[in-house]
Amino acid sequence: MTAHSGKFMPRPRPETAAWWEGCRGHMLMIQRCAQCGAFQFYPRIVCSSCMSDQVEWVQSSGRGEVSTFTICRLPVAEAYAADVPYVVALIQLEEGPTMMSNVVECDPESVKTGMQVEVVFETWSEEITMPQFRPLPKTSQP
Amino acid sequence: MDSICRKVAIVGAADTEVGKVPHLGATSLCIDAARRALGDAGISKDQVDGLVTCNSMAEPYMYHAEAIAEYLQIFPRYCITANAGGGTTFSSIQHAATAIASGVCETVLVCLADSLRSGLSREQSKKMQSSTGHPEFESPYGATVPAFYALIARAHMDAYGTSPEQFASVAVSGRRHAARNPSAQMRELITVDDVLNSRMIADPLHLLDCSLVSDGGAAIVMTSAERAGDFPNEPVFILGAGEGHSHEHISQARSLTTSAAVESGRRAYRMAGLRPADIDVAQIYDCFTPVVLIELEDLGFCAKGEAGAFVAAGETDLGGALPMNTHGGMLSHCHPGNPGAMFSLTEAVKQLRHQAGDRQVVGAETALVHAQGGIMSSHATLILGRERSG
Repeated sequence: MTAHSGKFMPRPRPETAAWWEGCRGHMLMIQRCAQCGAFQFYPRIVCSSCMSDQVEWVQSSGRGEVSTFTICRLPVAEAYAADVPYVVALIQLEEGPTMMSNVVECDPESVKTGMQVEVVFETWSEEITMPQFRPLPKTSQP
Repeated sequence: MDSICRKVAIVGAADTEVGKVPHLGATSLCIDAARRALGDAGISKDQVDGLVTCNSMAEPYMYHAEAIAEYLQIFPRYCITANAGGGTTFSSIQHAATAIASGVCETVLVCLADSLRSGLSREQSKKMQSSTGHPEFESPYGATVPAFYALIARAHMDAYGTSPEQFASVAVSGRRHAARNPSAQMRELITVDDVLNSRMIADPLHLLDCSLVSDGGAAIVMTSAERAGDFPNEPVFILGAGEGHSHEHISQARSLTTSAAVESGRRAYRMAGLRPADIDVAQIYDCFTPVVLIELEDLGFCAKGEAGAFVAAGETDLGGALPMNTHGGMLSHCHPGNPGAMFSLTEAVKQLRHQAGDRQVVGAETALVHAQGGIMSSHATLILGRERSG
C-alpha cells in the first residue's frame, strides 16, 4: 500500500499515453496545432480549433494562474481522507489552456483566485505521476 | 414541420412517495410512477405506444426502457432510455414531443425513478462519486460533486461579488415552499444563518447549499394537442422547448459563470413567442444553490450578477416576481439523481392545472422549467401553458 493506492487512478489511453510519459519525466506537455497554432489541453488527435490532425507536443512553461478553486472538507473517497482539507482548482496555463489540479505545498486557506502557480509532480505509481501546482514565491504574485 | 409549439400536451402527471422509501426498489418506484400517471390520465397501459425512462443507479439495466416495457408487458414503437439526468430529462421530453408531432407515436409515457437513499450498495455509491469528472484529467484530483459546483460558485463570487448569504437564500426560499408541500422530504423552515452554520462541504458550499439524496419517481403522459381534450384533467401544452450544450467536463467549460442556459432559454422563448416577463411560475434546477443564480440570469429573469439580490429579496417566493421551485425543489422536496428534474415538471403541471393547493401561484397561465446536467454542461428548457391558442 502506498499513500495513493485506492485513489481514482487514471488509465492512460492511446491518445494520452505520451502525455503521461511526459509527466513521468516531470514535463507538463500540451498540444499545439501545426496548422493554426492553437494550444489545447487535454490531448486530442485533432485540433479542436480547426480540426487539423497535425497536432504537436510542446512542453508548457508549467506556470499558470488559479482561475477558480475550492477546499474539499470531505474526501471523495477513503483514499483521499488523509489529504483533507485539500484544494481542487482550475489552473489556466500561461499558454492558454485550462486544467484541473490540486494546489499543494501551502495552507489551503491562503489560496486565492488569480494566484500564480507552478507545476510540481507527485508519483502515484510506476505508471502514473500526477501534475499538481504550488504557489510561486510572493514576489511573483499580483 | 416547423416546430412542436402547441402541438403536444401533457395529459397525465404524478409522483410516487419520495424521500426515504425503502419498501420500494428503483424498478418498483418507476412502475409505481407509471401506474399513478396512467391513472391520472385515465388511460390503460395498452394505450401507451411510446416509452421514455432513465437508467437507475440502484437497479441498472443495459436497456432500461425495454426492461420497463417488458415489466409492464407493453410493446411500444418508440422506446428510449435517457442516459443521464438533469438537462437530459427535458431534452428527452422535447424529443418525445417531436416524435408525437411527426406521427411516430401517439401517446408517450415518461417515467423516471431511482433509489439513491435506500437502494445503493457501498460499491455503487463509490462508483457514482468516481464517475463524475474526466477519468484521467479531473477525477484523480479528488473533487466531490459539491466541489465541482463550488468551482462555479467561487467564480460567480469573484466575477459579481455574489455572497454566501445570497447562495443560502436560494435554499431558504425553496424550504418555504416545501413547508407548504406535504410530499416534501424536508419541510422545517430554515434561515440564512442555518445554511451558513451547516457543515462546510467544499468552500463556499455548506451542507444546506446541497440538494438532498432521495428515493422517488415521477411520470407524465404526453399526447398530441388534438387529442388533449379526451382526458379527465385539464391539458398542459408544450409552448416552447430548447437545448444548449457547452461541455462535458467543467475544466473545459467556455465560461464558469455564463452557461448554455442562455441558448436553451432563447430557443424555448423563441418557439413559444414569449419573453421572461411572460412567465408566471418557474421551476429551476437546484442541485446546488449557485446553479440557480446562474440559471436565473442566463434565462433572462435577472441581469448577470443580480440573481443573488433577486432571490435574497424574496422575489422567488410565492407572491414574488417569479415564484420558483414551488414544490421545494431538489434542495427540499427530493433529489433521486437522474429523475430529479421530473418533479419540477409534474409540479409545473399541477400549478398550471391550478391543483397545487397551499402553494398555488394564483392564476398561473405559463410555466418555465429548466434543468441542467453534468457540471453545468447540458441544459434544456421547456415552456408550458394552459392555453393551446397563442
